[in-house]
Amino acid sequence: MSILLSKDTTFIVQGITGREAVNLTKECLDYGSKVVGGVTPGRKGREVHGVPVFDTVAQAVEHHGGPIDGSVVTVPPAFTKDAVLEAIENGIKLIVIVTERVPRGDVAQMVELAEMRGARIIGPNCLGLIVPEVCKMGGIGGPAKDAAKAYQPGRVGVMSRSGGMTTEISSSLTQAGLGVSTAVSIGGDAIIGSAYAELMPYFEADEQTEAIVIYTEPGGRMEAQLAEWVKDNNSRLPIVAFMAGKFMDDEEMKGMSFGHAGTIVEGKEDTATEKIARLEAAGIRVVERIDEIPDVVKEKLGATA
Amino acid sequence: MRFYEYEARKIVELAGIPVTKYGFCTSAEEARKVAEEIGGPVVIKSQVLTGGRMKAGGVKFADTPEEAAQHAEEILKLEINGHMPRGVLVDPKAEVKQEYYASVVWDGTAKKPLMLFSDMGGIDIEEVAETHPDHVGKGHISNLLPVGDFEAKQVVAATGVTGSQLNRATPILARLARLFRDNDMTLAEINPLAELTDGSFVALDAHMEMENEAVGRQKKLLRKELQIAEDDTRETYEPSDFEKNVSAIDAADHRGVIQGKDHGFTGNLGLVIGAGGGSLTLTDAVRNQGGQPANYSEIGGNPSVAKACGLAKEVLEKDGVEKIAVMMSIVSNTRVDIVARGVIKACLELGKDPGETIAIFRIPGAWEDEGFKILEKYGVEYCDRSVSMWEAAGRAVSKIQGAPA
Repeated sequence: MSILLSKDTTFIVQGITGREAVNLTKECLDYGSKVVGGVTPGRKGREVHGVPVFDTVAQAVEHHGGPIDGSVVTVPPAFTKDAVLEAIENGIKLIVIVTERVPRGDVAQMVELAEMRGARIIGPNCLGLIVPEVCKMGGIGGPAKDAAKAYQPGRVGVMSRSGGMTTEISSSLTQAGLGVSTAVSIGGDAIIGSAYAELMPYFEADEQTEAIVIYTEPGGRMEAQLAEWVKDNNSRLPIVAFMAGKFMDDEEMKGMSFGHAGTIVEGKEDTATEKIARLEAAGIRVVERIDEIPDVVKEKLGATA
Repeated sequence: MRFYEYEARKIVELAGIPVTKYGFCTSAEEARKVAEEIGGPVVIKSQVLTGGRMKAGGVKFADTPEEAAQHAEEILKLEINGHMPRGVLVDPKAEVKQEYYASVVWDGTAKKPLMLFSDMGGIDIEEVAETHPDHVGKGHISNLLPVGDFEAKQVVAATGVTGSQLNRATPILARLARLFRDNDMTLAEINPLAELTDGSFVALDAHMEMENEAVGRQKKLLRKELQIAEDDTRETYEPSDFEKNVSAIDAADHRGVIQGKDHGFTGNLGLVIGAGGGSLTLTDAVRNQGGQPANYSEIGGNPSVAKACGLAKEVLEKDGVEKIAVMMSIVSNTRVDIVARGVIKACLELGKDPGETIAIFRIPGAWEDEGFKILEKYGVEYCDRSVSMWEAAGRAVSKIQGAPA
């Protein structure tokens, strides 16, 4: 079991002829993912690592001969909204947006249409998601052999606002013998398609997942939203959180953002200190050191067994 | 991107929201002229991107044009919280019957803009929301559908406002919501929104912020209407030489991304670190183990040897930097060997021994075997993913603390 992806998941890559998209396509194919097409306007008829390229999503769907499950969108920020709306209006239900620096207003529009059409967006500014040994959708974990080293099948679901830290944390869980059920790089922007609390019901329903690890940062209210979700839903899953960027609480750092656009602190509830307090009040264990994660997860799993 | 009050005033005016007959002036003489045109008592307000103007003496009232010129002269020379004013705003002294509050902000959880309205204007809205929640109206707007006046009306009516006040305030809030969406704002606030003694409504003070990511597509407003220069980025502080040099190196080569910041950092351990989340984690790990970072940095997206070298050199040339720690979370795109070459090259070009200068190299991932081979050759201490980011940071800190002063 897993969330959002299975062995049969089909997806396309929008912007497939870009340098990074070409690499990403190869990585996903090598991992065993079913990349059934690509879209770059004006490049119809080409191939990228054997994947046919089309001008429109509709052509890709027609060529496939039935609905396509997902799309990885890796086009420049100015074209991202249109690409995502095109995917949604052509029946695609899972969209991973890799692109950085997409204005919030555009993201909010995409998310609102996705909600109306029953589609789910992961990102923007993310590396996608991976179910170890099953499917990799996006650049998460890198080339297939590197992804295999960091991600082994297991018991822990991972959600992270940082793409690189998704792999760092998953690798430590793999090294500790715990493994990963599904790992999602949710994106580093202020507004994203799927925040922690919105993915929790999927993990809750996934038998393979026995615990959750989240990586979090200053800025925004998605940790408070998770804390509320946990309190309201009596979740069976223990959650271990790591908060990076505590130095941003210093007076000299006021008004600055570091690492990701979403780390901009716009209210007192957005600070690291305040978030840690909220998470802990909801029974979520916030570890001080990144290397404590596997041991604390083991401890929590021992307590629930 | 932040705006001065006179610009925010112009933005609401362009959106069809009534404002007083105001003038932006950069000299005492201009202030005198504007005061003459206005005729009657005026208020002179310092134009700075910081709060606390009133307390600092940056807002003054004048009954005559001569007095206005005199106040403008003083205010133009007055530094507030380290900021010199860009000019002064000369505004008629309004005869206010009642003050209201109107704003639109992002609700990141609902992923929609949120309209706020209160009949208790002029004071901090968060305070009003806490002490008089029944005096604050709230309502989300769609990102896709047109903003209806009725949506604004519902928010105004929720505070108990009715009669001609309701009918005057409604289109103002609706226009504010439209301008928020159309202009990619992250904050659009009118406080106070004033009802004058003649019953008309005007925006007496406005506060606007635009999303940095959208600045490129708002050229018409920024360059044409507001005449804001391209290099006028409105950062919260002046970039340092280090920051300027790092962004110049980054801009010179399209491969990969490097960033450097040193505002608020004064330590002796240079950080050549990455990527976004990794840099946040590592900066905390250094500080929490007693280390003093000299800077913050980010490496990502597979930079060239020249770029990695350029960043390392800039860090090493900062005052007081004795050693650098080169650390990242596991990389899958950035190549370990390229970063290794870059940082070693930086040491050699500055006549430093890489083995002494690089306190630790902890970048596991793509091309690590090739990278580790190079590091070994130069006697640099390195580690793979079996050494955590916390532990690597700790090793760097203990090396620098053991180093002779």
